[in-house]
Amino acid sequence: MKYTIQIVGVGGQGVLLASMVLGNAAMNRGYKVAMSEVHGMAQRGGSVLSTVRFGDDVISPLEADGCADLIMGFEPTETVRNLPLGNRDTLVLMNLDPVYPSMVAAGFEKYPEIDDLIKSVTDVNPNMVTLDATKLAIEAGKAVAANAVMIGAVAAMKDFPLMKEDLLEALKAQVPEKFLELNVKAFELGYAAVKN
Amino acid sequence: MSDLLAREGKQLLLGNEAIVRGLFEAGVDFASTYPGTPSSEIGNLLEKLASDAGMYFEFSTNEKVAMEVSAAAASSGLRSFVFMKHVGLNVAADPMMTLAYSGVTGGMLILTADDPSAHSSQNEQDNRYYSQLGLLPMVEPSTPAEAKEMVKAAYAISEETTLPVLFRTTTRVNHARGVVDLGELGTPKGKGHFERDVVRFVNIPAHARVNRKRLLELMKKAAALSEESPLNHVEGEGDVGIITSGVSYTYVKEFVKGASILKLGFTNPLPERKIAEFIKSKKYVIVVEELEPFLEDQVLRICAQSSISVPVYGKRSGHLPYAWEFSPRTLEGISELADVQRFRESMPATQVKLPGRPPTLCAGCPHRGMYAATKKAVGSRDVIYCSDIGCYTLGVASPFQTADFIICMGGGAGAAGGFAAATDQTPIAFIGDSTFFHAGVPALVNALFNDHKIIMVILDNRTTAMTGHQPNPGTGREFGGIQTEPIDIEKLVRGIGVKYVEEVDPYDVKAATKAMKGALEHDGVAVIISKCPCPLELKKRRMLEAKRCEVDQSKCIQCYTCLKMIACPALIKKGESVETDPTQCIGCGMCANVCPKDAIEVRR
Repeated sequence: MKYTIQIVGVGGQGVLLASMVLGNAAMNRGYKVAMSEVHGMAQRGGSVLSTVRFGDDVISPLEADGCADLIMGFEPTETVRNLPLGNRDTLVLMNLDPVYPSMVAAGFEKYPEIDDLIKSVTDVNPNMVTLDATKLAIEAGKAVAANAVMIGAVAAMKDFPLMKEDLLEALKAQVPEKFLELNVKAFELGYAAVKN
Repeated sequence: MSDLLAREGKQLLLGNEAIVRGLFEAGVDFASTYPGTPSSEIGNLLEKLASDAGMYFEFSTNEKVAMEVSAAAASSGLRSFVFMKHVGLNVAADPMMTLAYSGVTGGMLILTADDPSAHSSQNEQDNRYYSQLGLLPMVEPSTPAEAKEMVKAAYAISEETTLPVLFRTTTRVNHARGVVDLGELGTPKGKGHFERDVVRFVNIPAHARVNRKRLLELMKKAAALSEESPLNHVEGEGDVGIITSGVSYTYVKEFVKGASILKLGFTNPLPERKIAEFIKSKKYVIVVEELEPFLEDQVLRICAQSSISVPVYGKRSGHLPYAWEFSPRTLEGISELADVQRFRESMPATQVKLPGRPPTLCAGCPHRGMYAATKKAVGSRDVIYCSDIGCYTLGVASPFQTADFIICMGGGAGAAGGFAAATDQTPIAFIGDSTFFHAGVPALVNALFNDHKIIMVILDNRTTAMTGHQPNPGTGREFGGIQTEPIDIEKLVRGIGVKYVEEVDPYDVKAATKAMKGALEHDGVAVIISKCPCPLELKKRRMLEAKRCEVDQSKCIQCYTCLKMIACPALIKKGESVETDPTQCIGCGMCANVCPKDAIEVRR
């Protein structure tokens, strides 16, 4: 068994925390884990990509583009931008809540219609699952828990090789005590949103 | 969260975390750095943990000084560790080149974190050549787990050869993460003692000539160690041979079948006999390495000297690229030569026009205010914006476009003097506080000395921001049980004789504009100190005051001056009106300051 998740989003969305949770859950299951993270300059509001790979025989921190098993998209344009990381059998999980780049916010560039973004995935891939992670996080108590929603959602994806309990335990170990309840609730909402 | 001082267990560690753990297991006494990505996390971790591990650690003024302090420690019988990004080693190359002549009496590692694909760098130079230039043994780990073990192995090599060892990593090792088994923690010695040895440590010409020959002999010893080292070993069988090192090994290991791999971890001096033996029995050999053909050219030379006529493929044969980092798919270049995994076809890139998302100055970043003020004051004057290495490099983007010339740390400040002498244009040099101490002071002195009419803007945000908020001489130090006073930039600048010095708060864009106008009129060297702490740092320290800006829509005339001048990500255009984004706005008031109708208010 070998599995590659490409996590894409925007600096500040909690992509690195999500990758730590997934990686630790895989390690705790006894898998080999190889990951690669974006640090430094790329983090200043720029696009962020984190690669999480695990399995019986994994050593490369990068995966070839086209070969992701799952693209975990924290933001719609980033998900679409990174489609070439996967192939038509790749599972695509896409958060529909946009984060506007500064040039869009300032009115100099246009953000695409969400429907056009959805269509650009469904045109080439039949396996997309969408959710409103930020809205679910607000329902759980706070918008910042959107990454916990996304992790919960991943746990419910078809044939995902790690158990829901493993992910939840790894999440609990990563978040500060006082945000535990919020994160667990957000995780469960994300799980339910995909499962049902 | 990772606990790098845990007694035992296994953890999912970043390469840089694994290296720090390696230092603790090796009982290293002394470490120094100037921060630079992809090595920065090592410093941030040591700032927190070094004293608990019994190690001395410092952020030095620049890489050269970092090299010198660690050289002194290793010449006093201690184990020392100096680390930096690849271009930092250029700064530190001067002491390094002669340090090898003296060698060390303890163990010393020099970590160079190279950045293929220049993810956060100005070039992608291959620092492996420094090992040949400086006659230093070198090791190259492939994974975080191996990096930790190799720290210990490299200290053994250093102590056996009495030479500093180059520890060469790349971004995909430093910022890779993998499972690492923790070993036993070592015990640092504490203080060392320097034993005088004038011939060895005083490289006057007569001694240097002696030491040069001694160094060549020591490198023979290193070559013998390399031949025997388990860091250089063969994996698998087959008549196709692959020679590889660093992260490239992980791509070959996982995605190529049926080849025999010579994995090189001890890469200077190369194990020439081992390589010759390996090649002899092969149909042909492929060398897989990122950047320059460092291994490949030596393999070709070894073949020629050993009269081996086995073909060698790689970059010289056109199968593999020189530019940019590798990925598993790069191996498609050798698919006619080896059994490379077939990769799936990618989904096509979308036809929908996606907005760009380049890294940008943060909401409320004080650099925005100083840039807006400069643009306003400069107007249509013919200026050259000399910029430097740091967050403020991001001023290259619209709407500021305040970077016309960037080469290296302190390079903008130096070049500004040259532009002043060589053209009739007005050079304006932007430089951060940490960069000013690193390499800006000599450039400023040079401008005074040679009467270059430059304007230097010191963007003093009270931290080394881009690399993750390290302290610098302008902030003073407060860790590891040592406290020092901040060095006052204004006093320093006045002290060396700059006549026009203005310290401004860049959030007051109007005042900053006035200071810049004054500097443009001044006949001589002018310095503006734009002083305001980095809000991201304040946020981290929970010292950011809760404030936000609000637009009074009844007063706003939709002239968009705020958007055009400050372009803050917290300013949002909705339809025709401008609003602030409460999740991003920090209430700095820069937009309010430039609003011609006082339509923006700062609320507490």
